[in-house]
Amino acid sequence: MAQILNIDNISVSYGSIRALSDVSMNVNEGDIVSLIGANGAGKSTLLNAIVGLVPLKGGSITFAGEKICQAKHHMHSLSTDLIARRGIALVPEGRHVFADMTVEENLDMGAFTVRDQALIEKRKQEMYDFFPILGARRKQKTRSLSGGEQQMMAIARALMSAPRLLLLDEPGLGLAPLIVQDIFSKIKIINEENKVTVFLVEQNARLALKSSSYGYVLENGKIVLQDEGMALLDNDMVKKAYLGA
Amino acid sequence: MLNFFQLILIYAGIYALMAIGQNCITGYTGMLSLCHAGFLCIGSYVTAIMCKTFGLSFWLSLPVAAIATGLIGLLIGIPTLRLKGDYLCIATLGLGEIIRNIATNLNPVGYNSIPRASLFGYQFASRNKFAFILLIWFFVLVFYILFQQLAHSRLGRAMIAVREDEVAAQSNGINVTKYKISSFVLGAAVGGIAGCFQTAYTLTVQPASFTFMVSVMVLCTVVLGGMGNAKAVILGAFIIQFISYFPQLTGLTNVIPAQAKQIIYGLLLVVMMLCRPQGILGRDRYRYGDPRTRKEKIHDFFSRPKKSAKGGNV
Repeated sequence: MAQILNIDNISVSYGSIRALSDVSMNVNEGDIVSLIGANGAGKSTLLNAIVGLVPLKGGSITFAGEKICQAKHHMHSLSTDLIARRGIALVPEGRHVFADMTVEENLDMGAFTVRDQALIEKRKQEMYDFFPILGARRKQKTRSLSGGEQQMMAIARALMSAPRLLLLDEPGLGLAPLIVQDIFSKIKIINEENKVTVFLVEQNARLALKSSSYGYVLENGKIVLQDEGMALLDNDMVKKAYLGA
Repeated sequence: MLNFFQLILIYAGIYALMAIGQNCITGYTGMLSLCHAGFLCIGSYVTAIMCKTFGLSFWLSLPVAAIATGLIGLLIGIPTLRLKGDYLCIATLGLGEIIRNIATNLNPVGYNSIPRASLFGYQFASRNKFAFILLIWFFVLVFYILFQQLAHSRLGRAMIAVREDEVAAQSNGINVTKYKISSFVLGAAVGGIAGCFQTAYTLTVQPASFTFMVSVMVLCTVVLGGMGNAKAVILGAFIIQFISYFPQLTGLTNVIPAQAKQIIYGLLLVVMMLCRPQGILGRDRYRYGDPRTRKEKIHDFFSRPKKSAKGGNV
């Protein structure tokens, strides 16, 4: 399968603090790949580096054959909005919804790069069919939605631009277990039916690895393990550290 | 008495124009800027120099002032708009003072007896206030409609998205810097146009009149009326000017000191922040029909919001 995202030896520092050191990973087109790790391991930093929100100290990131971020040559790195236009949609940690806009307006913003009004309407309808709760709440301010509904809206908004790669930063953060399961089953459907490659970062290791074809484990800014999702679930170290067994 | 009402109408018009510009910067894009006095100053000077020194028409100075102010906005915007919140506020405050100081040093007395503006042979004399009211409010209407259109356009939606959440805006493909600068330039340009009208009315330009207090008044106007609502900032301009001329209006200039209005503005802001942080009229709806009925709207208007304005913008 073709590689869609290639992360080559990247390092990221916040001042003198190393957040990521020499991280390399691959995401193949059509897969769900998950990255698990404890708090402060650098998971969100990695996603932010992919979309250009934090500059690289070393290494480079290639998306669909194009170098989108590289260290030292910041002039050649793309800005976040251009990376989004290339087809990477990030659902940021803590959702980052436009709280004062209605659900419908949020989805409109997701399709900001799309100029065809008819296409926007069509995609919105698809989203309302896929997440019925959003259809019911389309005229409601996002502020008034529950956490799970906001998370679904954030995912729907990211899908409005018809991305090739969907980055999810802790989609289960702060949500009830049942809702997390619901969201993960939706993610699987998105991956299978819409052919969107998914790269997700999650603390809920069991659920994340179960839905993924490949997984990485990040510890203190370094990749310490990588394997197929199911194999990682059986890995003793993962079991001990993340699955509580 | 009538005279004062006319004066209030004229200055309310000038401040309404400035407030429309400030609203574009602070209300839509959520940047706290405090340099509208500077933009007003540039607009006034462009008109004064063009009409007096070069003997050109007032109407020609309007677009030139808008472009000049917009360019200054662009020049200042590129380095400063990477700053956020309070830092941006301080930087723009400094800019306003720099513009005033440059103006003072170039020509401490300013310009006097600037030629009057005329239209089809009719001269706009300062004593004929009614003609000025028509002139200024015509332009307020034009800019109101323009900025209302802007708010509902792609550009406006992008600005609102930047205000609401920069990270989300960026990850949806919005170039945050570009829209921040456009908003700053547009807001500045309208401020410059307000300066043109002020010059056309007073026929003098003095650097001392573009103090920091002017910027504060413009910001007050926007906060009082309601951020992100063009109608509301025009209402705010009326109220602020009414307060400003209240002593003269009631003939109590001996009793009420001139500084009292500054205290009132301050008090007003504090009271607004406590009771109605979204301003008198609140934010404008974005694009879709308001599902609430008239009765619900009235109820919502009088009941306090459940969540007070969450810090951030002012």
